[in-house]
Amino acid sequence: MKKVIVIGNGMVGYKFCEKLAAHPDFEAFQVVVFGEEPRPAYDRVHLSEYFSDKTADQLLLAGRDWYASKGIALHTSELVTAIDLEAKTVTTHKQAVYEYDNLILATGSAPFVPPIKGADKKGVFVYRTIEDLDAMKAYAAKLKSGAKAAVLGGGLLGLEAANAAKELGLEAHVIEFAPRLMPRQLDDAASAILQAKIESLGIGIHLSKATQQIAGDEAIERMEFADDTHLDVDMLIISAGIRPRDELARACGIQVGPRGGIVVNEKMQTSDSHVYAIGEVALYNDGIYGLVAPGYEMADVAVHQLTDGSKSMAASIDMSTQLKLIGTEVASFGDPFIENEEVAAITYVNKRNGIYKRINVARDGSRLYGGILVGDSSDYNSLFQIYYNAMKLPLNPEDLILGSRGGDSNILGSVLDLPDTAQICSCESVSKGSICKSIEEGTCSDLKDVIKCTKATTGCGGCKPMVVDLVNETLKALGKEVKDTVCEHFKYNRQELYDLIKIKLIKTFEEALARLGSGCGCEICKPVIASIFSSVYMDTANKQPVIQDSNDRFLANIQRNGTYSVVPRVAGGEISPEKLIVLGEVAKKYNLYTKITGGQRIDLFGARLHELPLIWKELIDAGFESGHAYGKSLRTVKSCVGSTWCRYGMHESVSFAIEIENRYRGLRSPHKLKGGVSGCIRECAEARGKDFGLIAVDGGWNLYVCGNGGATPKHAILLAEQLDDATCIKYLDRFLMFYIRTSGPLVRTAPWLEKLDGGIEYLKQVVIEDSLGIAEELETEMQGLVNKYECEWKQAIEDPKLASRFKHFVNSDDVDDTVEFVSLRDQKMPRPW
Amino acid sequence: MEELLNNYTSVFPDTATSWVRVGHTSDFPENGGACVKHGKLQIAVFNFSLTSKWYACQNLCPHKLEMVLSRGMTGDTDGIPKVACPLHKKTFSLEDGSNLNGESYQIATYPVKIQDNMVYIGFSDK
Repeated sequence: MKKVIVIGNGMVGYKFCEKLAAHPDFEAFQVVVFGEEPRPAYDRVHLSEYFSDKTADQLLLAGRDWYASKGIALHTSELVTAIDLEAKTVTTHKQAVYEYDNLILATGSAPFVPPIKGADKKGVFVYRTIEDLDAMKAYAAKLKSGAKAAVLGGGLLGLEAANAAKELGLEAHVIEFAPRLMPRQLDDAASAILQAKIESLGIGIHLSKATQQIAGDEAIERMEFADDTHLDVDMLIISAGIRPRDELARACGIQVGPRGGIVVNEKMQTSDSHVYAIGEVALYNDGIYGLVAPGYEMADVAVHQLTDGSKSMAASIDMSTQLKLIGTEVASFGDPFIENEEVAAITYVNKRNGIYKRINVARDGSRLYGGILVGDSSDYNSLFQIYYNAMKLPLNPEDLILGSRGGDSNILGSVLDLPDTAQICSCESVSKGSICKSIEEGTCSDLKDVIKCTKATTGCGGCKPMVVDLVNETLKALGKEVKDTVCEHFKYNRQELYDLIKIKLIKTFEEALARLGSGCGCEICKPVIASIFSSVYMDTANKQPVIQDSNDRFLANIQRNGTYSVVPRVAGGEISPEKLIVLGEVAKKYNLYTKITGGQRIDLFGARLHELPLIWKELIDAGFESGHAYGKSLRTVKSCVGSTWCRYGMHESVSFAIEIENRYRGLRSPHKLKGGVSGCIRECAEARGKDFGLIAVDGGWNLYVCGNGGATPKHAILLAEQLDDATCIKYLDRFLMFYIRTSGPLVRTAPWLEKLDGGIEYLKQVVIEDSLGIAEELETEMQGLVNKYECEWKQAIEDPKLASRFKHFVNSDDVDDTVEFVSLRDQKMPRPW
Repeated sequence: MEELLNNYTSVFPDTATSWVRVGHTSDFPENGGACVKHGKLQIAVFNFSLTSKWYACQNLCPHKLEMVLSRGMTGDTDGIPKVACPLHKKTFSLEDGSNLNGESYQIATYPVKIQDNMVYIGFSDK
């Protein structure tokens, strides 16, 4: 057993334990951890949330039980007071002595308190630990309402602290010595945008202020500045930088830097080869790194050095950062300030929306050196990768922040162009290579797997969009189509399910689940499979009611208050006075609201569930049949009056519309289908706004396909000209069947055509020239469906078992007494929501 | 209508004080739902015959307060049995009544017992 002692249980000290515990050689180690704070390591990055919505326990990175479960001895509230390098021991303030083989110094840093007169007064705090926050909270509670708190330091942590002060209900002010906020990350223009945003939230910003004295009797009352101005405050939080906690190392003779920090090499080793230093205490390449990501990286390196020796620290540490500060997105990467003979800055300022973007680009356009984003950091991931991997820039580098105006919006090109070493998830240090490899080697087959096995995206989550892209692109590159599967229960798309059901002669949903899917199904796959059964076998919705979409299950359209509307078929919009009277009488008898639909029929609203079979009995007795207004199926074929009456009409549009509507009635499809027939080019039937439309011309019909009205209107496109009636029907059979076979669920003909490779020309080849050799098959299939048509409402009322579903209560004949109507222009409507 | 919502509170097998017979198992469609009446309450009952499980919940959709959930489509997501409201396809877990679209409203659920092919629902009537 190798004895490892970790001094310091902050974020980086914890990360070391986590990484070591996850290492395959962990069993060879005995780990003892000392933390001077009373609780295990917690998330200091989100410390201000302690005042808003998190408890100390919620901020913990891992509870005590985690350390126990890993066999790690955690001593909190125990301070190490001395290290003996010769004896390889440490001594704690309890005079306990512990031996080590390797020592990890993760002692972190302490807040730097500048030597300002009065800094020892009551009401002056630093901002680092939960105890600091508790003390601030207790002090603030005793102040009068409207009290003011100042934060000394306008860096990243200072702004967090100002947010914390605001959360305490204090009027917050930020005092910064430099002429701008976050001087290490932002330039003046970026700072100005951030300042405006923060001030708009009621936080005061005071720049270029050198604090000379903290005045007050016993407690702080006033801050006095070098420019003879002052600010009255009741509390002060100092956040003016950090000092590495190197006192233990210094005392035992380990080498420290002239301005503090324990000197380490690329292995994180100190001047004593058994002792390592990581995190904010480590002085690497003459620098101290106060960000969590480099600290985690150091922890990882130390773990590898103790085990397989496979990793050392990169020569330059990247200080790029992306975060949300007081609600504003801020990011800074690479060298945010560089500008010289070789490098030019490109900036975009939008004061209206509070957005600033800057990129520093080689004047010859060869590479990106760094940049700043304020107000909108959504491009950070892409920009960081381009900078970090010295990738080629677009012809107009400004496209990187402005978007390429016209055309491709992805500034990175393909994510697959990134080098394998590109770090995608910096929280968990996951490279592009390891994500792609996990898929290429077959360990992972989708996003879920990749996240589980690489841990990518589990930290801050900022890399998620890029990980998603990488997974999809890698799958595509492997020829594994990123499938538009129907849902979690079927790993097929609609077309594949259609073919499989047909070939395997699957007839019930349960059988489809057992042979092609898994689970219980859901509201997405059930209607898709139901529609396929209907298209393959001409099953009506009565065969398997529970897998139908809710409207099909009850053969009616559910409306606002849970009542239904009834729409009988009125083919071509032609209706006799007798039938009109029947509709009127039924509507009167059942007190239904009536309205003419857009498809030249009559809609009867407000029928209760149990009334549906009664209403339909009367309608069917009078010669009506279902209008399938509730289904993804043929709705209506609208017509103008045509040559029988109209003095301009060229052909009999009504007769032909009726013939077509009756041919395809009951036909279920991926989405609703509408048709139209116009008797002349005046187009009164609006046939070109339909999935299929016929317009009478000299010598026959022009056939248009794939139009629709609705939210994205599309004119139907000419498929063939001057057709006789029979050819028209032949082409329609082929077209409709081809669409039903190949479309995705709930995709109407217009978007289907848009996605069809080759578009209308290809469709012409299939339908007219029979380029696929399936025309006859399509016609036969359609004729089969036409022959099997039955009115499903007739079925439903004739079979008492089928009719039993139209009852509100299973155990009572009562009606639903919660349904309410109010009156509207001599009729009724549901009580409004 | 809002006061209707207050009529429904979840009952668990161990908090049920009475088990009410609401029908024969064959009264309820397989892998679908139907509604039963208990006093003022409307309860949607679901027969998941694929998994041989039964569930019950309020028939009232909390989204627009209509008595429609028993007419919704059933199914599961990640193994959680659910119902989708027929009005706007809001989905609810039939195990704990939580909304599965991440919205705040949820539904009350009730325990179901099958004995001698009869369906019983547990209530905690005061």
